[in-house]
Amino acid sequence: MSVPVQASEAADYAIEVEDLAIRYHGKPALSDVTLQAPRHEIFGIIGPANSGKTSFLRAINRMDLMTAGMEVSGSVRVEGRDVRGWRNPYALRRRIGVVFPLPVGLPLSIYDNVALSSLLRGTRKKAELDVIVERCLRRAALWDEVKDRLDSLGSLLSGGQQQRLTIARALSQDPSILLLDEFSIAVDPVTTMRIEEVLSELKSEMTIVLVTNLVQQARRLASQTAFFLTGELVEVTETEAMFEGGAKDPRTTAYVEGKFG
Amino acid sequence: MFEATARNRRNRKVEGLLRLLFLWMTCMLILPVALILGVLVVRGGPAISWEFLFTQPLDNMTAGGILPALVGTVWLVVVALIASVPVGVAAALYLSEYAPDNRLTRAINLAIINLAGVPSIVHALFGLGAFVIFFRFGTSILAASLTLAVMTLPVVIVATRESLQTVPLAFREACWNMGATRWQTIRKIVLPNAISGILTGVILEVSRTSGETAPIMFTGAAFFLPFLPQGVLDQTMAMSLHLFVISTQVPDVPEHMPFGVALVLISMVLAMNGLSIAFRVYLRGRKKW
Repeated sequence: MSVPVQASEAADYAIEVEDLAIRYHGKPALSDVTLQAPRHEIFGIIGPANSGKTSFLRAINRMDLMTAGMEVSGSVRVEGRDVRGWRNPYALRRRIGVVFPLPVGLPLSIYDNVALSSLLRGTRKKAELDVIVERCLRRAALWDEVKDRLDSLGSLLSGGQQQRLTIARALSQDPSILLLDEFSIAVDPVTTMRIEEVLSELKSEMTIVLVTNLVQQARRLASQTAFFLTGELVEVTETEAMFEGGAKDPRTTAYVEGKFG
Repeated sequence: MFEATARNRRNRKVEGLLRLLFLWMTCMLILPVALILGVLVVRGGPAISWEFLFTQPLDNMTAGGILPALVGTVWLVVVALIASVPVGVAAALYLSEYAPDNRLTRAINLAIINLAGVPSIVHALFGLGAFVIFFRFGTSILAASLTLAVMTLPVVIVATRESLQTVPLAFREACWNMGATRWQTIRKIVLPNAISGILTGVILEVSRTSGETAPIMFTGAAFFLPFLPQGVLDQTMAMSLHLFVISTQVPDVPEHMPFGVALVLISMVLAMNGLSIAFRVYLRGRKKW
């Protein structure tokens, strides 16, 4: 990157958010969020529906530009640089992989689903693409199931397979940050387990933000966890402490113990 | 407990009667179509022959064939398509993929609906003023086709826009999140999956264009021309106007001739509609999600 990194803590935090507020058509969806996600760790975000978790993710990769009526204020820094300072939001998005709640197998072949990001960046060499496709499918624990039918449609795979295809596609961007939005919502428990194992391995290479509606999933994977409730950040705490009764806010304790939500 | 009450019985009777009524109305709808086709085939069928299709009209259009009109209609349709499809598809892409949901966009959408509602005779006079006189194209295929193009633009725009909208938003979002631009997303994902629907719209436009009479009457279609058009600045005969002329303007036309012209014209339109249905079936069979 040509712009020099200014902040000294840039090396420690992949994402720094300060006073973030999000509105849709003037209606607040999230306000007053300040947090930092350390590099190469899994950062969990839990909270009931409508608490602003997905909006938070969309603010990180500047999807507000593609969303009618979405306004973001405050600052979001990715790798030390304010996301609004990236003159090219497309380059920012390429560095951030995103996985959605419902798997999105694009209506392309399995091969093209994974090769798409490289194709869009101008890679044309078949040999190079072959390597990328195989590596990403292997890392997403899907290679063995699809290696004999890479030409069949990605959108016709089963839900669990499509979700791993989505992860393989995100990995093909060679991202430094991976955003996962309730990835296990449409996936069976066994596949969820396999993806969780993949994530534990991936964190040595990238920072992962894991939004989840399964509090136990956050407990299994995240080193720190943030609790969002009805559009505000209640707290950010070391995950172990949060689940061992060390939460700062009684609402968090109530939520992780399953008393509501 | 399960005995039918008087109310049950009445409901069932009303149900049966309504069903019959609706079926009757539906049959009434089919009737004119069947009658038109039947009359045309019976009375126009004997007129159809190779000579009828591929020779010049003779004896003040009371004999001979319809070749100049047939060729003229093809010219008009093709030039109208060349003019309207790029504009219509581009406009639909803008409205569906780029336009923010604001007052301007809503105004544009309203304008398109209104354009579709303008009577064809008004389009004809607009074409006369704009293309024939102001742009000095004269009464020519170009002026007539541009008039037809303006008139059928809403068909292309609406069909294309609807076809684009059938591609789920989730696909676009997935691409955008990867860092794809809107155009990359359109080219890789949206257009390939909407193209069959767009073609359906184009074919519908063809069938509409080939039958229109009023818009070409003042702008490029001729009463009688014993030769084929050589270029877009020539005048031409056209099937629809020819039918009008020999039915009402020329004395002593043998009775089977107008029916024959109408049969050829409607066969062209039905063939196009058939093609459009075939495309739709093909599209459904190839659905990728």
